[in-house]
Order: sequence, then C-alpha cells, then structure tokens
Amino acid sequence: MKRENKLPYAHILVAIVAFGLGSMVALMQALSRASLALPLRSPRIFYISVTAHGVLMGLVFTTFFIMGLGYAFSRAAFGRVTGEKVAWASFWLAVVGTAMAAAMILSGKATVLYTFYPPLQAHPVFYIGATLLVIGSWGWCGSMIASYRSWRRDNPTKPVPLVMHGILTTVIVWLLATAGLAVEVLVLILPWSLGLVKTIDPMLCRTFFWWFGHPLVYFWLLPAYAIWYAVLPKVVGGKLFSDNLGRMVFVLFILLSTPVGFHHQFSDPGISAGWKLAHTITTFMILFPSLVTAFTLIASLELAARARGGKGLFGWVRALPWGQPLFASVGLAMLTFAIGGFGGAVNAAYAMNAMVHNTAWIQGHFHLTVGTAVALTFMGITYWLLPRLTGRELRLAGAASVQPYLWFIGMMMFGVVNHVTGILGMPRRIYDAAYGGSEIAARWAPWTAVSAVGGVVLFVSSTLFISVVVATVRYGRKIETPEIVFADAYDASPGQVRGIWDRWPLWTSIAVALVIAAYAMPIAHHLMLQRFGSVGFKPF
Amino acid sequence: MKIDLYERIWMGLGAVLIVVFLGIMIVMNTAHAVQPPSHIETVDPKGIWEDPRFAELGVTTTPEGAQVVLVSQMYAFLPAELEVPVGKPVKFRMSSADVVHGFQIVGTNANATLVPGYVTEFTVTFPREGEYLIVCNEFCGIGHHGMFGKVFAGTKPSEEAES
Repeated sequence: MKRENKLPYAHILVAIVAFGLGSMVALMQALSRASLALPLRSPRIFYISVTAHGVLMGLVFTTFFIMGLGYAFSRAAFGRVTGEKVAWASFWLAVVGTAMAAAMILSGKATVLYTFYPPLQAHPVFYIGATLLVIGSWGWCGSMIASYRSWRRDNPTKPVPLVMHGILTTVIVWLLATAGLAVEVLVLILPWSLGLVKTIDPMLCRTFFWWFGHPLVYFWLLPAYAIWYAVLPKVVGGKLFSDNLGRMVFVLFILLSTPVGFHHQFSDPGISAGWKLAHTITTFMILFPSLVTAFTLIASLELAARARGGKGLFGWVRALPWGQPLFASVGLAMLTFAIGGFGGAVNAAYAMNAMVHNTAWIQGHFHLTVGTAVALTFMGITYWLLPRLTGRELRLAGAASVQPYLWFIGMMMFGVVNHVTGILGMPRRIYDAAYGGSEIAARWAPWTAVSAVGGVVLFVSSTLFISVVVATVRYGRKIETPEIVFADAYDASPGQVRGIWDRWPLWTSIAVALVIAAYAMPIAHHLMLQRFGSVGFKPF
Repeated sequence: MKIDLYERIWMGLGAVLIVVFLGIMIVMNTAHAVQPPSHIETVDPKGIWEDPRFAELGVTTTPEGAQVVLVSQMYAFLPAELEVPVGKPVKFRMSSADVVHGFQIVGTNANATLVPGYVTEFTVTFPREGEYLIVCNEFCGIGHHGMFGKVFAGTKPSEEAES
C-alpha cells in the first residue's frame, strides 16, 4: 500500500470494525423485540446493546468513515493532506476515546443510550471517552481546512472541486454541531458526573444535545451527497447534470442544518410554541436542497442511461449498471432516502409529530435515512475505495453485488414495518412489548415478527459486507492501484473561476448568525426561569 | 447561474410545496392553536411530593371536562389508572420525580415528555369510550418496558357490569 493511503485506510478499518460489532448487537435486539426466548436475554443486556448499537453505528462507524473519506478525497482532489502528523495524533486520540467509552458501555456502566439524557448518569469515563472522539474529529476538521487553504494558495482562481465542496461543508456543519455538544458535555455534564456539582438542568442539556443532534444527521448525510454528486455520475459513465446547483445545495446545508433542533423537542415542556414553530420553518426549508438534489442526480443518471442505450419514459432505468456493487448500493440508498424523506416530513410537522414521537416509527425513519441512505452508500463506496487504497482487487465480487439488495430487502421489512408499528403506538427501544398482556399491545406482535425477520436479513447482508472487506484486504489479487477520479459536469468548463458558492467565510458567518438567532433568545429566557436541578440516577 | 428549464420548474414546484406545508402549519397554529405541548412552568423534583400543585394526584371532574394531575417515577405513572369523561376536554398536568419519562396514550395524539424540574401540560379530548393504554416512550432504566398505565374514557367496564 502507498504510504499516503494508510491514513484513510486506518480510519475506514476502524469504522468497519465498529459496524461489524454494531451489527452483531443489532441482531440480538431484533430477535429480542420479537420476544424470542434467547439465551442471555435480559433487560440489562438489551439496553446495554441498544446503547452500544447507537454509539457504534451513529457515532463511531460514521465519524471514522467520514474522516477516512475526507482524507482519501482530499488526497485525490487537492493532491495533498496537510498536517498529517496532527491527523495521525487525532486518529489515535479518537481510537482511545472510543475504546474508553466502549469499555464503559459493555461493562454496563453507561447504559444511557446514545442520547445520554441527564439525569441518567453514566460513568465519567464514558463522557471523557466520547469527548476525546470528538476532539479527534476536530483534528480532522483542522486538517481538511489546512489542506483546502494550501490548495487555494496554489490555485487562487479555480472553484474548489465539487467533492471537496461537499467535504468542507461537512466540516463546517460538524464544527457548528459540536459547539453545542461541547457546551453540554464539558460545561454541564462532566462537572456533574465527576461530583463537582450536585445537580444538573435536564432541559438545558436536551436543548444543547439537539443543537448538536440535528446537524449530526447532516454530518452523516453530506459525505453521502458528496459521493452521489461527485462519484456516482462517473461510475455510470456519465456526467453530473448541474455542478452549480450542487454547490448551492451544499451552501444551503451550511446555513440550515443547525438552527432547527427544536423539531426534536416538540414534546418537551419548557420551550414555547413560538420557538418550536420558528425551528419548524427552518426545518422545512431544508427539504429544498434535497429536492434539488433529487432532480440533479436523477437527471444525471437518465442522461448516462440513455447514452448507454436506455429507452422509454422510465425504461432507461434498466440500462443502469444494477449488477455493479457501488451503483447498486447508491441506487438503492437513494430510493430508500426518498421513502425516508416522506417520513421525515411527518416527523418535522409541528402537530403531526405527536402521532409518531418516540414510537417505533422514529427508529424506522432513521434506519431508512442514516441506516440505509448513508450506511449503504458507505458500504458501496467501500467496494470502490478499497482497491484504490490498498492496490488489491475486490474479492467475493458476487457477494458484493448481492449484498446491497439484501440490505434493501431487510430494510423494507425492518424500516418500513417499524413505521406501521409506530403508527399503531408501539414505543421505540423497549425490551418487551407485552405491557401486562394488553390487547392493544398484542396488535403489534405480527409486525414486530416481520421486522425481526428483516433484522436477520440485514445481519446476513452485513456479514457479506464484512466478508468482502476481509477477503479483499487479506487475499485480494495485487493490481496497479486504480486512481480516484471524480465526475465531470455538463455545466463546468476548465476555465471556470470560483464564484459566490466558494465564499466560505461569508456562508459560515451567516450560518453562525442563524444559529445565534435560533438559540440565543430561547436559551436566555430559559436561564431566567427559576430552575431546580436534578441529581444523577443510574437505573441500569 | 444558468439552470435548465425543467430543473427550474422542479425547483419552483418544490418551493411551492414547502410554502404550502408551512402555510398549513402556521394557519393551524395561529387560528386554531394546533400546537405541540409547550407549557413553561418549573417544579422542584426533590420536593414534588410536598408541592401543593402535585399534592392531590388523580382526576378531578367538572361539568366542562376534567383535570388529571400525575407524577411519573421509575417505573410507574401515579396514578396508573385514570377515569376520564368522553368527548370533553381533559387537561393533563404532569411531571417526573426522577429521570426523563415519556407519556403516550396509544391511539391518540397525547404524547409528551416528562422532564424532572418541569411541568408538562396539554389538553386532550377522548373521542370514543373505552380503555386506552399509556406507555412510557423515553428510556428510563432497565424497567422501562414495564412502565405503563390505563385510561378509561367513559365508565370503567367492571362498574358498568355491576350497575
């Protein structure tokens, strides 16, 4: 392997190990939910596994994968990764932090789920570990920004390559998001969990958590968008339909990702209806860049498919390379994202949210969005990236072609069916759904059985994915390392000059102003209340 | 910036869709007060059992409707069984004595978070007579799945049989 590929490769391997562990505990949960009498099945182990699954998949797999992707793409598009020493130090910091948090979770000292709402109180080492993971990711942000600045000095007039437009957007969104998390963990939770202060304000924590929690979603999604815009058109043999609109889409995400957190707190007391409505308005505005993306990407695919001989109003879809692992993954990921998007509009709707809040609908929703649109895209890009990083040919290519379809089928059973059980009122994250033999709860049973089967299919799919990765890196035939090449666009010309979308300080300043506008007043009002703190509880 | 005609039409339609969605929500909010539960009131969770606002737990029925006062704690709603009128507004006033809990009445839009230190308040009308299931929908510890209660809208079935 080339020396410069070791950095992204190390990150992606850690991500895939986290993904494998996360899949294993997920299988157990899916079967447990169907009330199968498994050995070791107990509420304690179930809730430990829910915490482990959320942290491993939502924070560890995604963060490490995205960092690895950033380094690989920066090397390919900018021809450099600046600050490699800091990058390696950040990697090890993040690994140590993850190991600390994981040890606390697995030993049952941090069964607080990935949302860790106080006054549930985990062992301090859990919070310290999570903090180190985030500080490690800041090192990655610094390296990405330094790489961009170094490239910009050499290329003063060019527009930033679209793929790095996406990655830099991810970096800015992550910095805006983790500012809220830093306040929650460093200012509020750590002193309380170390016993330096006795009580904590749970509502203030929830507000800062969701300041972080919603842009977290875009931190996951934006690198997938970068892949959809910059890699997908290339692998189907076409060009991107609109480069300029892609840039506009990314800028809109910088502006709108963060000032929206109250839509996760519709059911909370202590926040006025007016501020919840204000965040609803910004939330619905984020539908817009995704609608534009849908057009641009489908248009790019249609033109590529017609060039490949595709015919008919919709018949061209058949001309796309559905047998190719990357295309199958991303194509199915995009399809699933469309379904997940409809559900998301319901979640975000000010009044309709009450029908689905904290029901199985929600877990159905994010398994279609982050669990498929993002995760399946990452699996697909792994098949494409591994040979380009390791110089080894993909092994078990047949398994790699089947795996995305199994994931899709599994998610239709698990994700879509959980929407139904949610509408019927089943809460999310419960060990058992008997509720004292309630007849109302008994109606959920046939649906949970279907989702359990979906869970098994998903586990088979993730096992295939892991097998392909292991076989490739261990036994893949050595080949000349293929280059990472990104798609051209119909509306981009070689002589193009950087435009309005490249003005990072401007967009970041407006984004910061919007976050202040969205949060300064409600937080100030909140701090003026007569507040009573809570002591910590460890009911696990 | 040059944008393809069809894409411009699509973007216009997308913008209209968002404006319509938001318009419906803003009109319903302003004209009919269709809002999520957003009451702002604090209470000391350590002293909640002595607080006069939570001294008498349960249902108080009036000719216009009813008021429910309820406290949640690991792993129960107190009281766990409520009898409320049908077709009349029922106001719920609730809080938590320990960690965060959820309060969801299955098959209705009564779904709110109970946060220690804060009073959750909302009003619901039960459209049909019968038994409803209350579940805790926020993880509150390893007994979380055993935290539930019941609402009888109208008369409790057993009492009906006796009369």
